Amino acid sequence: MTDFLKLQSKATRRGFLKTTGAATLVLASPPAVGEAAAQTASLPTEHVALKINGRPYAVDLDPRTTLLDALREHFGLTGSKKGCDQGQCGACTILVNGQRINSCLALAVMHDGDEITTIEGLAEEGALDPMQAAFVRHDGFQCGYCTPGQICSAVALLAEHKAGWPSYVTTDVAIAPALSDAEIAERMSGNICRCSAYPNIVAAIREVAGEDRQ
Amino acid sequence: MKSFRYERASNIASACASVAQPAAKFIAGGTNLVDLMKLQIEVPDHLVDISRLPLNGIEETPDGGLRIGALVTNSAAAIDLRVRRRYPLLAQAILAGASTQLRNKATTGGNLLQRTRCAYFYDTTKPCNKRVPGSGCAALEGLNRMNAVLGVSDDCIAAHPSDMAVAMTALDAVVETVAPDGSSRSISIDSLYRPPGNTPHIETVLAPGELIVSVLLPPAPAGRQVYRKVRDRASYAFALVSVAAILDLDGNRVRSARVAFGGLSYKPWRSAEAEAALVGAPAARAAFDAAGAAALRNAHGYGRNDFKIPLARRTLRATLTQAVGLS
Repeated sequence: MTDFLKLQSKATRRGFLKTTGAATLVLASPPAVGEAAAQTASLPTEHVALKINGRPYAVDLDPRTTLLDALREHFGLTGSKKGCDQGQCGACTILVNGQRINSCLALAVMHDGDEITTIEGLAEEGALDPMQAAFVRHDGFQCGYCTPGQICSAVALLAEHKAGWPSYVTTDVAIAPALSDAEIAERMSGNICRCSAYPNIVAAIREVAGEDRQ
Repeated sequence: MKSFRYERASNIASACASVAQPAAKFIAGGTNLVDLMKLQIEVPDHLVDISRLPLNGIEETPDGGLRIGALVTNSAAAIDLRVRRRYPLLAQAILAGASTQLRNKATTGGNLLQRTRCAYFYDTTKPCNKRVPGSGCAALEGLNRMNAVLGVSDDCIAAHPSDMAVAMTALDAVVETVAPDGSSRSISIDSLYRPPGNTPHIETVLAPGELIVSVLLPPAPAGRQVYRKVRDRASYAFALVSVAAILDLDGNRVRSARVAFGGLSYKPWRSAEAEAALVGAPAARAAFDAAGAAALRNAHGYGRNDFKIPLARRTLRATLTQAVGLS
């Protein structure tokens, strides 16, 4: 399939992925919802209301449900990926009240009332977010599984840098550093890419950061 | 994950009362607890969510120190300009730990109380006295590369994983708590952690339901502050060895020194021996090596972690050399 995808133009490839994503969602949703309903019949639930990508969502959840599982299994938002499910890979990275977190280590019930942005919320009216477009331009992925997390992380990284956050590689933590490649790499270390698209990911982020500065 | 009852705490007193009951736990950031609950290493039947309690501020104290609320996230502490200017050591240590995603969620109190990352604590198919008291310690003869070399026992050689706590130990931080009976107390961070002895499952001196509400940083001591971490990769890995050092010089001589190590013990390891070897000596390699030798004199390796002993001595030398080079 990878070879097949490589032959497609970028526009076709996105269209193909979009169609595939929608089809998967249709197939996956009924059993997942059914399962959740069976679980909640016998166990205590908590009401959780969230604002996701600007839209309100509400559901009664087993309190064990992570934010990641709530997004994927209950709200059909499968853009956020489950990689390690233990906070090591970053594939589940989303923004909660503007800050990036690992949604696999967050209990959904603890985020009642919070505002969430997932990869689905970055593209407005079908137009890609500048970071998404830069990842496409720089080929910042191969298999694409870690990509939603990488992009959410990268979007937050720019906001953190703009706010003057230092990092471990900042020479003097009292002074807001310039966004060198070393700074980008350090700030992205919570997102693992096993295809090792790192140089292209750094290039994509560097480019968007440069646009921001102008 | 085992099923549990969820309670959102509305105030400190009710949270403490709830967690004083058996099998109840506080949850704040949850980055360590949720992970352990998925593995059923932690199996609370009642979770008390304290994340909305008003403990997320950083305040000036009258004497020029800072009081960091227990719910201040690791990110919020590390980006605070007062922390960065007066306690750069602490900002550096926090930024050395985990990833931004985790630091955005993890809290000050939770960081102090995180459990060890010993591989056998996590591996439920192997004995571990910390996880199942009396079952034995698989790390003693096992893959103990990450384990402790100071202050531990043959019942448990787990190392404390925090970077933040190492810097706080060098800064003489004080942990402030509230108990279910409403009483409050201050515990020096160095005495928060209990040596493993033959009860490694009891990790701190905190009583059931006792809640860390803040960490007090005394005014920053004079001198140059450096945190240095040695690990298997450049980022996002636990320390093999880390050093927090504060070095105050009088000309070329050491006027005062503070040294704490991470990765070597069940707690951040403050070394009075290293500090004594430094004070009054010329700030140069001979004194740094003498300090390293003094700090590691009672260290004991368990095979695969023997390398930590010379590594700790060399890391101390490098850290102190770096401190001298600062202006």
